[in-house]
Amino acid sequence: MKTLIPVENENTLAAIQGFLKQLLENDVVDALLVPMRTPHGAVTPALVSDPEMLDAADPLAPVMGVNAAPLVGRVSIREPRDRIGVVLRSCELRALVELVKLQQASLEDLVTIGIDCLGTYDVSVYTAMRNDGGVDMAAYLATARDGDLTAEEGFALRDGCQMCEKPQVEDADVTVELFGADLSSGVPISLPDEMGETLGLSAAEVEGSRSQVIENVVVARTEIRDERFAEIRERLAEEGVEGVFASCVRCHNCMTVCPICYCKTCLFKSQVFDHEPMQYANWARRKGAYRMPADTTLFHLTRLNHMVLSCVGCGMCTSDCPADLPVGVVFRAIGQETDEVFDYEPGRDVEEPLPLITFEEDEWMDVGEE
Amino acid sequence: MSEEQFEPKIVAFLCNWCTYTGADLAGTSRIQYPPNVRIIRLMCSGSVDPTYVLKPLLDGADGVLVGGCHPGDCHYQSGNYKARRRVVALKEILRNAGIDEDRVWLRWISASEGQRFADTVTEMTEFLREKGPNPMRKEWAV
Repeated sequence: MKTLIPVENENTLAAIQGFLKQLLENDVVDALLVPMRTPHGAVTPALVSDPEMLDAADPLAPVMGVNAAPLVGRVSIREPRDRIGVVLRSCELRALVELVKLQQASLEDLVTIGIDCLGTYDVSVYTAMRNDGGVDMAAYLATARDGDLTAEEGFALRDGCQMCEKPQVEDADVTVELFGADLSSGVPISLPDEMGETLGLSAAEVEGSRSQVIENVVVARTEIRDERFAEIRERLAEEGVEGVFASCVRCHNCMTVCPICYCKTCLFKSQVFDHEPMQYANWARRKGAYRMPADTTLFHLTRLNHMVLSCVGCGMCTSDCPADLPVGVVFRAIGQETDEVFDYEPGRDVEEPLPLITFEEDEWMDVGEE
Repeated sequence: MSEEQFEPKIVAFLCNWCTYTGADLAGTSRIQYPPNVRIIRLMCSGSVDPTYVLKPLLDGADGVLVGGCHPGDCHYQSGNYKARRRVVALKEILRNAGIDEDRVWLRWISASEGQRFADTVTEMTEFLREKGPNPMRKEWAV
């Protein structure tokens, strides 16, 4: 059913908090994983069991410090577990689908609550905005109405968000439908009929043009995305991947913050690439010089091979790169090509097998036969 | 290094059951093939992580050969089918990353195909000789 949560005094956040409280109070879920505002004003995901605490919930805060999908894995991966409601953005939901396929999360006992994303800022930018008098939330939420998702003047949305053409939630148990809505008067939410009855909600005709607004957003964002893809493809063709990643400091942040990179011990954090002293000496002798730490291009190319097919384009890698490398756009641009080869779309469908764990006997029949 | 002197170096990852045995057969059958190939035996082509292919390529190997059983003949049922997908993905990634994908070859060679193994190594050596040295051999900042 679709319902409209009324907004009082133009306080959209309070209306959403009220809805989330209902989920806990009516025992729809035992706990909620939701972005919360800490006493010091930062925003972080937290697992909330006390409905009163939801006064600090802030799923509308335009900041994304982590992709929460791996956190859903923490609370869902095995029994015994609570019934958890998880409030996620579109890229987090898509990453969750990939993690389920990678057996790093489970949808059992889980209620996914997707919330349309109007774009997020990097933590550092968001902190600067807070110090500068705070984000104009009324203006930010107003962008949902017509889908003109612009950043506040003087600031830029996260790189990943700027070229995100999938900010809308498409496949969640509960959807907080921001696009097309006048959020100063009500928040449209679609949810299963049974849950709506438990919460005492009634179906409402929701005015507005969600699908049209989404279409406009997708068109505008796709245009930006394609420009960025063209730029980076040109650079990759000219400089090669070793040129694009030349300034990499090998902090491994991109791997650490990537929601898809789930290995408990990444190959590159293991001792596999701790070579014998004389091995480095030999390489240096042969090439005349040898970059250290070694294997930097290898790191990025290996990560591409290991996870690019599941890259959902959340852009956390770019956000957390201390060298400002265009990690996310490289992965997205190359991922677009590999996805096409395997007719795969990460995050699309949990039933769709990962391309590299499945196969058909009669495909690429010419490969290996030359 | 002048063109005449250039001898390509090929790193080959061969599955224990088919291609490695095929290489062995080439040897026991006294079939001649170029000495440009360095063979690493694995249990299955399906166990070739892309990293194994990438590391020699970035260090300057002129070619990497992955050898496995013909489709349908995998000792582990499906390893070679998975290898095929991995190599398809790897080559797509290399092409888009600005690295010469043609230096990576996947070939199905059975235990009885000693001649095919020798022919493949000959063909690959000639191909790489034509192509010239891998530029990564001199590239220190990778």
